[in-house]
Amino acid sequence: MDAFEILLSASFWVAAIRIASPLIFATMGELICERAGVLNLGIEGIMTAGAFAGWFTVYSGGDLWTGVLVAALAGAMFGLLHATLTVPLGLSQHVVGIGITLLATSLTYFTYRLLLPEVTSPPKIEPFQPVAIPGLSDIPVIGQALFNQTPLTYLAFATVALTAWVLYRTPLGLAVRAVGENPSAVEAQGISVTAIRIGAVMVGSALMAIGGAFLTMSAFNSFFFEMINGRGWIAIALVVFGSWRPGKALIGAILFAAFDAYQVRLQQLTGGVVPYQIFLMMPTRLSAKQLRY
Amino acid sequence: MSSPVLRLSGITKRFGPLVANDAISFDLARGEVVALLGENGAGKTTLMNILFGHYVADEGVVEAFGKALPPGDPHAALEAGIGMVHQHFTLADNMTVLENIALGTQKLNAWRLDRTGARERIEKMSFDFGLAVDPMATVGSLSVGERQRVEILKALYRNAKILILDEPTAVLTPVETDALFATLKLLVAQGLSIIFISHKLNEVMAVSDRVLVLRSGKLSGERVTAETNRSELAALMVGQEVEPPPVPPVAPGELQFVLNSVSTARRASGTALDRTTLSLRGGEITGLAGVSGNGQATLAALIAGTEVPTAGEIIIRGTAARDWSPRAALGAGIGRIPEDRHAVGTIGDMSVTENVIAERYRSPRFSRRGFLDWRAARKFAEQVIADYDVKCPSPEARIRLLSGGNMQKLILGRAFDEEPSVILANQPTRGLDVGAVSYVHRKLLEARGRGAAILLISEDLEEIMALSDRIIVMSKGHLSAASARGERTIAQLGELMAGHGVEAA
Repeated sequence: MDAFEILLSASFWVAAIRIASPLIFATMGELICERAGVLNLGIEGIMTAGAFAGWFTVYSGGDLWTGVLVAALAGAMFGLLHATLTVPLGLSQHVVGIGITLLATSLTYFTYRLLLPEVTSPPKIEPFQPVAIPGLSDIPVIGQALFNQTPLTYLAFATVALTAWVLYRTPLGLAVRAVGENPSAVEAQGISVTAIRIGAVMVGSALMAIGGAFLTMSAFNSFFFEMINGRGWIAIALVVFGSWRPGKALIGAILFAAFDAYQVRLQQLTGGVVPYQIFLMMPTRLSAKQLRY
Repeated sequence: MSSPVLRLSGITKRFGPLVANDAISFDLARGEVVALLGENGAGKTTLMNILFGHYVADEGVVEAFGKALPPGDPHAALEAGIGMVHQHFTLADNMTVLENIALGTQKLNAWRLDRTGARERIEKMSFDFGLAVDPMATVGSLSVGERQRVEILKALYRNAKILILDEPTAVLTPVETDALFATLKLLVAQGLSIIFISHKLNEVMAVSDRVLVLRSGKLSGERVTAETNRSELAALMVGQEVEPPPVPPVAPGELQFVLNSVSTARRASGTALDRTTLSLRGGEITGLAGVSGNGQATLAALIAGTEVPTAGEIIIRGTAARDWSPRAALGAGIGRIPEDRHAVGTIGDMSVTENVIAERYRSPRFSRRGFLDWRAARKFAEQVIADYDVKCPSPEARIRLLSGGNMQKLILGRAFDEEPSVILANQPTRGLDVGAVSYVHRKLLEARGRGAAILLISEDLEEIMALSDRIIVMSKGHLSAASARGERTIAQLGELMAGHGVEAA
């Protein structure tokens, strides 16, 4: 298989969409926060907390969807903390965000050690399984990539559509966008800026946490340290890449994930002649390039 | 008289030791235009913010249509039919006119924003009240006048019965101002009541039925507009008679500054100059009238040294200047009063001392071997504060804490310190109160008296006509021929400002 053939294989696109899924949740979450005028740098930590909360719920006997719900609640709680400190109390969004990332990450690791003191290898759960959509999944390449994924991936795509609908088609979305553009415009129209912002940050953070939970409950089947591995920061870059628009951000996430899936395959192809770090740089390079605009 | 639509009784608001509003009471009748007149800092905006619920009054009650408004609740004020057009627009620039107007008018839990219905209503209202604006346009692409119409539409869309306009004409051109006044007449005919906040006497006289004058937080007078005149109102406003400054005759002197067929680079923003010729003589004030955005900013930047000529030459006292830059302009003895004293004229978070030496900190007067001489700097700051009667806590105070008038006095002190032979005064009195305006005018006339060549750029035609020895009108980047004092009427100048009959001078 040469470097071009990879792009035509179904397994490559299946992997790309799978890799994109957590990014899509996280990017939509960050996008909602930023549209309301709050930069949420707690994303990396909130994803870590979501990854653990969802996984642990299932590990202790909960249903998979209960796990997703618990992850979302955990995310919303960190979102509430972030919003309380930055909106009514007016603290620096940068400092609070980085603080939340450090807090949520450490708290998660600490809780993990506390709840599972004696494990040496990460315990496993039974994760979400791919569900083939009858008919559509038989389309070559695209069918496998888009219509034979786990329910959480379908949820990710649904989230994009829902986010776009709410932002552009509802009075609430109008208020969220206006709060980000000019809070005094919203104030003057008799809507509470504080309430809109706190709500947006909580919803956004819940989505980030579901993005984290995708990793432990759909992509893999266990929780381990450092597994978020910068995906939160990538999501922040993707929001900019997508010019704060859900549809464009979705394309960015898939593009980034495709590069990621491609580099893994190129590594195998070149058989260690080219240092693998070169390939690791590729997807990040994409987002860095975009950031200059 | 029928019962008032709005009644304020005994409104008092204190900020620390400062009493911003002192027991203010008044009524507003249906279909009435009441002007609230006062200098900057007299408490007009505070009073309106209390009325609209942005602030909570320490004492007093606001009643609309016979019912007391809960204090500190803008939503209740909106519900009661009070609409406010803020001096600084509260619009989201990246959103459309429709979105800005519909914001907050539909239930937040609705599943769908009703754009069609909103659009129809906006279009009908625009037509009825002469507020032409495209509902689908992005606010950022609109002119200032159009944005103000959007603000008014926002209030009307919510069925406002009482409209508060805070300094509505501060940002408008004369033509837009006339259009606004026409709209206000239509609104009043529909039974709306209007509170018109201003510190401009002519507008208050033109538009209102009744005038309330505020001075230092107190209601200093109430007059029926038809039974009063400008000088009486001015006296009520400042507490003393204000007279226009006498302009003694001065014989024109030597040519101090000449732009000889100068062009500037074309840019996306701002009007470029194309072979512009302008000469300034000592002892003469040249007034440059025009609607803003017709190239005045470029011309001012060129004289100040922040814009360079791409063709033509700048001649200062007979010598062509080379390597034009802000430092070259200062070195050539050009004193500069910038248009925007907050953004360009001063650095808000630096001290008064640092700001007054900002143009000259490199000179041996303030620095020795690369080190600043703070003692000399402070001495200079104290001298400017004393000479120009600047009210400020100390030379160490951050300049942003000063009022606009005091900031402008410091800028005058800085610009006039070394008796510049050329003075660029760009909108020197914009946003200043009557007292500060007459101070700035006196200082400009003093400089004229000692032989400086002054270019006065202003949108205020009355200011131009009162001070200038010759008047030039700028329109679409071109200068009209100069007219002597009193040669053209306001109407003739207005024609030129609108771009009729302008030929290169």
